Amino acid sequence: MSEVVLRVTDVHKRFGPVEVLKGVSLTVERREVMCIIGPSGSGKSTLLRSINHLEEIDRGRVELNGELIGYRQRGSKYVTLPERDLARQRTSMGMVFQAFNLFPHMTVLQNIIESPVGVLHKPVAEATATAERLLRRVGLLDKAHAYPRQLSGGQQQRVAIARALAMGPTLMLFDEPTSALDPELVGEVLDVMKDLAREGLTMVVVTHEIGFAREVADTLLFMDGGVVVERGRPADVLGNPQQKRTRDFLSKVL
Amino acid sequence: MTTTMAGTQPIAPREARVAHRPHWGWWVVTGIVLLCVAALAKSLASNRNLQWNVVGQYFFSSKLLSGLLLTIELTVLAMAIGIALGGITAVMRLSPIRILSAVALAYTWFFRGTPLLVQIIFWYNIAALFQKITIAVPFGGPTLWSANTNSVVTGFVAAVLALGLNEGAYMSEIVRGGIISVDQGQQEAAKALGMRSRRIMRRIILPQAMRVIVPPTGNQVIGMLKSTALVSVASVQELLYSAQLIYNRTFQTIPLLIVASLWYLLVTTVLSVGQYFIERHFARGNRTLPPTPWQRLRTAVDNMHGALQARVERSAS
Repeated sequence: MSEVVLRVTDVHKRFGPVEVLKGVSLTVERREVMCIIGPSGSGKSTLLRSINHLEEIDRGRVELNGELIGYRQRGSKYVTLPERDLARQRTSMGMVFQAFNLFPHMTVLQNIIESPVGVLHKPVAEATATAERLLRRVGLLDKAHAYPRQLSGGQQQRVAIARALAMGPTLMLFDEPTSALDPELVGEVLDVMKDLAREGLTMVVVTHEIGFAREVADTLLFMDGGVVVERGRPADVLGNPQQKRTRDFLSKVL
Repeated sequence: MTTTMAGTQPIAPREARVAHRPHWGWWVVTGIVLLCVAALAKSLASNRNLQWNVVGQYFFSSKLLSGLLLTIELTVLAMAIGIALGGITAVMRLSPIRILSAVALAYTWFFRGTPLLVQIIFWYNIAALFQKITIAVPFGGPTLWSANTNSVVTGFVAAVLALGLNEGAYMSEIVRGGIISVDQGQQEAAKALGMRSRRIMRRIILPQAMRVIVPPTGNQVIGMLKSTALVSVASVQELLYSAQLIYNRTFQTIPLLIVASLWYLLVTTVLSVGQYFIERHFARGNRTLPPTPWQRLRTAVDNMHGALQARVERSAS
């Protein structure tokens, strides 16, 4: 029953003199929702970006469905894969960014079908049909021909989610998806994400929304100083934290 | 307090409108400008040395028109080379491969650092440096093709080479500026969607960079149009040189320079209009565009038409 989709083993990452990740390991099973919380600078975003190889890692391994991500093992060394392979691997991981990063020169529909058509070589009609289905799901079908600039932040982020889903990913990565939003727009994005979780999408979510984590997450990770300090069911980690650092953090945000 | 505020009626009467403060300064400035324009117009019209009849006589002369054609050809070719080279060297400059970046840097350094006029003279005299141009396998291999330099690098070729290579150095910086103006997040989002760098550049980065690249490129085209006048030193009979050939014979220097200038102005005007529409095209999705002058005219006509129709209907009822 439990099938591991993502396995991260002892990942280290250094930016100059600062070691941002000091040996992080985790596994995510199919249909699991994992939320990662922690103070800024704790390495949670870097971890997420290492998973789809937007950041190179210095040590450790990331595996998606058993396939080593970003590297090829040659003897005792890991060699970075050629771009072609990196691009292929990334198509099975959707990523949603804090700053939405929609393509401003394309309409909503063009944003969504750009990669399915250009990278996965799907026929335009098929990609458009999928895009319209996804837009209906995030409640924005009427905005298909609008440009990103004409949408609110919440609407842009919902389009970004639809764009990532259009690639048919086996894993979705969310990097603080609501942190750039006005408070009244946070709810609409979280609602979409709750729906996705309910439908059984495998998700890793870096977030500051403790309420969302409590409600939706199967597993909650608390990170600080580049390591996973505590992990477990949200009710346990939030209700009965074992570590002092977790208690300190929670006392500030709850 | 709040209750009285809430109960207060607006003081201003209903029909009050916002009016602009009268500006006596506006009238003074307008008066001065009109006066200057009138004085200038009078002096231009009455100064016999301008010889407007000569201007009219030569405006459509075949010598000048073929010079104009050559000027346009030079501009188009040199800009095509410049934009291509600029695009390539800009990407090289931003490449993580150090040696490519260094080559691009050296290129812009050299061609921006020496006067264009010197470069034109240099290419025109390249035969003094290399008598023959040979394509061969390096270091003593067989010769594939060989020709006399002077028969290959004519004045026209030297002009195109000099202008194009020089332009490439400036375009390189313009294109690079455009590329780095695009938010880093765009590249990451495209990567995360499985795109590869070529596609990211072509579909995501460049279309957005164009908004920054086009306005200075328009400037460059207009600048190039006039820089072509420099190639008269390579005895290329472009617009200015054609005019010079005539006035050296007839001594009607000023009228012929006016003819040339009027043609430069005319072409510049056409180019500016083109630039306006290209800029609008690449501004897509970035802001709501103001209507073009043509659209504005249409709306005005439509409004007038609507008002007229309303009046007709009212009088009918």
